[in-house]
Amino acid sequence: MAYRGRVRSRRTAWQAMALEPVGFLTSAWPWRALLYLVSGVFTGALALVLFVVLVTVGLATAVALVGVVLLLAAVLMALPFARLERRRLRLVDLDGIQDPHRPPGAPGLRAWVRTRLAEPATWRELVLMMVSLTALWLVDLAVLGLAFVVPQQFISAPFDDPATWPWAVLGVLLLLAAPFSLTAWAGARATLCRIVLAPRDTEVDPDLKEVSESRARLLDAFEAERARIERDLHDGAQQRLVSLSMTLGMMALDVPDGSPLRGRIESAQEQLTLALAELRQLVRGLNPQVLTDNGLVAAIEEAVSRFPVPVTLDLRLAGRLPQPVETAAYYAITEALANVAKHSNATRVELVGRHHADILVLEVRDDGAGGADASGGTGLTGLADRLAVLDGRMRVSSPPGGPTLVLMEIPCPFG
Amino acid sequence: MTLAEDSTLLREGLVSILGRFGHDVIDAVGDADALTEAVQARRPDIIITDVRMPPGNANDGLRAAVRLRQSFPGLPVLVLSQFVDQSYAAQLLDSDNGDGVGYLLKDRVGAVVEFNAAVEQVAAGQTVVDSEVVRQLISRRPDPRQRLTARELEVLALMAEGRSNDTIGKRLRVTDAAVNKHIGNIFSKLDLPTTTDGHRRVLAVLAYLRS
Repeated sequence: MAYRGRVRSRRTAWQAMALEPVGFLTSAWPWRALLYLVSGVFTGALALVLFVVLVTVGLATAVALVGVVLLLAAVLMALPFARLERRRLRLVDLDGIQDPHRPPGAPGLRAWVRTRLAEPATWRELVLMMVSLTALWLVDLAVLGLAFVVPQQFISAPFDDPATWPWAVLGVLLLLAAPFSLTAWAGARATLCRIVLAPRDTEVDPDLKEVSESRARLLDAFEAERARIERDLHDGAQQRLVSLSMTLGMMALDVPDGSPLRGRIESAQEQLTLALAELRQLVRGLNPQVLTDNGLVAAIEEAVSRFPVPVTLDLRLAGRLPQPVETAAYYAITEALANVAKHSNATRVELVGRHHADILVLEVRDDGAGGADASGGTGLTGLADRLAVLDGRMRVSSPPGGPTLVLMEIPCPFG
Repeated sequence: MTLAEDSTLLREGLVSILGRFGHDVIDAVGDADALTEAVQARRPDIIITDVRMPPGNANDGLRAAVRLRQSFPGLPVLVLSQFVDQSYAAQLLDSDNGDGVGYLLKDRVGAVVEFNAAVEQVAAGQTVVDSEVVRQLISRRPDPRQRLTARELEVLALMAEGRSNDTIGKRLRVTDAAVNKHIGNIFSKLDLPTTTDGHRRVLAVLAYLRS
């Protein structure tokens, strides 16, 4: 976890704005943002002209085949436009975006057109082009105007009428703010483009997908092994011990009250009862049947009822969640609670769970001693690892003296 | 009685214990479907069943028992479970008002005399709930420990098992008067109506704890 504490190099314009103002102003980022917006105005305006021409001529000649071809070209114009946008994006986002398109299934122009028209990525690119043509480049222009033209007007005002000098001050301030306003809008625009243009899960490079699948397989194998151990204990050791206890019980019936043998049988039974109780705890920790049968909320209620510290539960979930999410969430919560019980000396715990849009958010709050350290123990790291397999994450706030808040998030789309 | 338990070892052990106390086990089966068929073919006086059983290896035994109670109202059911599960206990107790229902941990079977007593209580239409379940239900209530003393909690657990005041007194080695005082305190602390009927007070307590 060492890397979490280190300052990471800035990869996007927005991250750069988090630098100290001097550091930011002396970096290349404001100039990159400026270049991004100026080129945005040019490409937007040019694309608008080209698009309008293609559609107008295309509609006018639609009766002839050539018009249809022109209209098709207007749609497919989104492809080079998006490619240009992806290249331009690197000005303000060093990581860039992968090309979401697949190679066509067969050689030739027809196969290429068919593949492209069937891809959702093409239509997302068309949407972005329409938004760019009708709005984005105009906003670029407006932001540039606000950054340079308006301050220039204000600053030059006192040359005509010295009494308007306060306007010049305002103009200078606006000019000083220009790098920030430019970069802020450039960052917002880049984020929008990234959201629309970035490949969806199914469009990502197949190799990358394979990696996350093998992580998921590992988790599945782990869960299967856990279930197998639980089943073996349940069907084997537990049954035998109960059977032994029954035999002892029957034996005790045959031995007269008060005899030494009776006493020994009874003490053996007591030992057996303790062993069974321990085994019961172990087995249900391994695989809570109620989680499979009745879902996360029931299982958590159950786990909480055995917890030594009073827990306030506030879980509001729409219904059953996908099985891997339920399992991960269950163990994450029980692990977090176990940490509280072991280390915090807390007198009460609050557990909040919500399903926000496509993310399951779990908060475990306690009023204990605080000072929980992810690098210190294995508990918190194990928790983070467990969530990481599902692309989830965990954050901990635990100042010495408390209170401690563990916040966990697991991606979990509806439906 | 009809017995359903998927482990041969335990099934045979249960049959011999029940036989020892003079009960007649007419069917001893190994899965939930066989249980349903056996009960429909020959209506027993009581069924004793495991929770987890084939074919689903989930709570099939319990579900079969709940269904059978719907088709044969008043059929006594004693459920044996490997572990405490409040939601299962609640499902069972909700069926047919909880009359003639028992929920015991499997571990308790070894205490053969008490186990037999529980079987007979359930067969007589009373309610028997494992003290472990009661303890967990209590711990879910906000601050029950502050309201009830340790001794009162013990009395409550024994009440939930369907014990009479007499038995509770003997178990805890106190006088009947002391038991009555404890029960009075419990009822007033939990805002329950006082009643003398044995299993009704179990139900009253459980209803309060589940609410």
